[in-house]
Amino acid sequence: MPIARFVERILHLIPVLAGVSVIVFLMISLTPGDPVEIMLGDQRATPEQVASMRRDMGLDRPAVERYFVFVTNAIRGDFGQSFFHRRPVSAVISERLPATIELTVAAMLIAIGLAIPLGVLAAVRRDTILDRIATVGSLFGVSLPGFWFGILLILFFAVQLQILPVAGRLGYAMEVPAVTGFALVDSLIAGRMDSFWEVLRHLALPAFTLGLPSAAILMRVTRSAMIEVLRADYITFAEAKGLSRARIIGLHALKNALIPAVSVAALETGTLLGGNMVVETVFGWPGLGRLVVESIFARNYPLVQAAVLLYAVTYVALNFAADLLYTVLNPRVRL
Amino acid sequence: MSAAAVTSPTAFAWRRALRNRSAVGAAAVIVVVALAAIFAPWIAPHAVDDTDLLRRLQPPAWMDGGEWAFPLGCDGLGRDILSRLIFGARVSISIGLLVVALAVGIGTIAGLTAGYLRGTADTLLSRLAEILLAFPYLIFAVGLMAMTGPGLHNLVLALVYREWVVSFRVVRGETLAAREIEYVEAARALGASRLHIMTREILPNILSPILVVGTVRMATVIMLEASLSFLGLGVQSPTASWGAMVADGRDFLLDAWWVSTIPGLAILALVLSINVASQGFRDAFDPRMRT
Repeated sequence: MPIARFVERILHLIPVLAGVSVIVFLMISLTPGDPVEIMLGDQRATPEQVASMRRDMGLDRPAVERYFVFVTNAIRGDFGQSFFHRRPVSAVISERLPATIELTVAAMLIAIGLAIPLGVLAAVRRDTILDRIATVGSLFGVSLPGFWFGILLILFFAVQLQILPVAGRLGYAMEVPAVTGFALVDSLIAGRMDSFWEVLRHLALPAFTLGLPSAAILMRVTRSAMIEVLRADYITFAEAKGLSRARIIGLHALKNALIPAVSVAALETGTLLGGNMVVETVFGWPGLGRLVVESIFARNYPLVQAAVLLYAVTYVALNFAADLLYTVLNPRVRL
Repeated sequence: MSAAAVTSPTAFAWRRALRNRSAVGAAAVIVVVALAAIFAPWIAPHAVDDTDLLRRLQPPAWMDGGEWAFPLGCDGLGRDILSRLIFGARVSISIGLLVVALAVGIGTIAGLTAGYLRGTADTLLSRLAEILLAFPYLIFAVGLMAMTGPGLHNLVLALVYREWVVSFRVVRGETLAAREIEYVEAARALGASRLHIMTREILPNILSPILVVGTVRMATVIMLEASLSFLGLGVQSPTASWGAMVADGRDFLLDAWWVSTIPGLAILALVLSINVASQGFRDAFDPRMRT
């Protein structure tokens, strides 16, 4: 892709991100009542103390000024203090982020691992019973409420069969020193294969719950892309040349059918960020999603605000990556 | 000329939709749920918030300890699950319909304006849409609900604020294509006003994709409502909501699986039916799918 186009695309992101920041700022302004009173909760304070807190939080300044302060601080990674933790919001978030990333990546790997082989198989064996099962399965996949499906998985695998843990990320006995914050990586660094295995066991159900709807969508995309590719002239030509079916599908068709799947996968990763809140709540996964839900009930608004902004920026970045990947993989498409 | 040749496209589409057996079956499920929602006070065996602690976690009728007066058992407060399910259908269906109707209405007006007038209106609306799409849907709704507080009114608003963008994009695209077609040019040449062209010429011709988007999005909206209610950010107790019912049952998973499982099954049945029916509807009505 020409550099100029790339720069143009990057510049295009600026108004979008600015708009995102305005909306996140406005969300706080929508909060009914005085943020200081909400923060104080049941604690008694003198009017002087309230006034001084308002000054400290900059609430006595005009909205436009407060917005610019918010954006400038946000760019520096300063989102203020978490009311509840009495620590900087950014520190609390960065502590919980690795668990969420780990879960999201695992979910995406499961989604891709299920969707691509099934999608290809359904396309190659089009209109057979296998294709129908895959299609019906994908309809179920997108219709399953994740919070409920997770509960069913817990009931079956953790309560009934007792082969997987009910919730959490790692038992106390298995704790390893946090180096990267990613439990899988940290257990490898510590050379603790038992912990590594334990994290994997804890990851299995939440990652599967989170990944299933994306698997369903990716499967459909792969299937329809593969069906289209298999109709192309160059496939007919390859068949005419006498190439084996396996070689045609595996080498020639798959490569092109994967183009839409890759960009949809990048987009779906963004969607998984939303799903994280629900799945982390069901499985007691100590990630950012659960932190956000807890913070809402604790009225810890600075943290909610920072997390929503972080999710949105990540989503924009993933969308951009999806566009980019699509162009790189498919030279016929211009950004 | 044969009879088939004079059939109107709409009648033809309906006939095709009715031939799709799974879509018809799915539509029947939706109708049953909708009827249950409408007639809830008359058909529910018990009041929605009728608590009886003696019946706490009573199993469904087919299990030991169950009775047919409470066919699906009782929840942690001894409330009849079937009755709450029937009243919960009201929340799912009414939020689904209300949000989609408002969002499609706003999206259609904005899409027609942006697509037909182009210029500043289009730039502003498209930018706003792009900014709203930058938020993962659930995050956006959770963020708004966190700030405005739970409740039906806020829930509908939080979903509409983001949902209208979907129909906006479809309508804008369709309008951009339609404005170049001869019938619009002819109306313009005859001196028709912009409003007349948008509402009388273009709108009737792009109704099919608008209806298709509406039905497809209903499933997403219902699922979002259930997710928000599950997180405790949607409809609040004592109003019954399927998502909140699943959440309530989580505390009794080991002793009473039915409290969470049954409302979850209801969500699955409704969302799956809407997805299957809307797929059939789309295949039958979307002109681009016609052969």
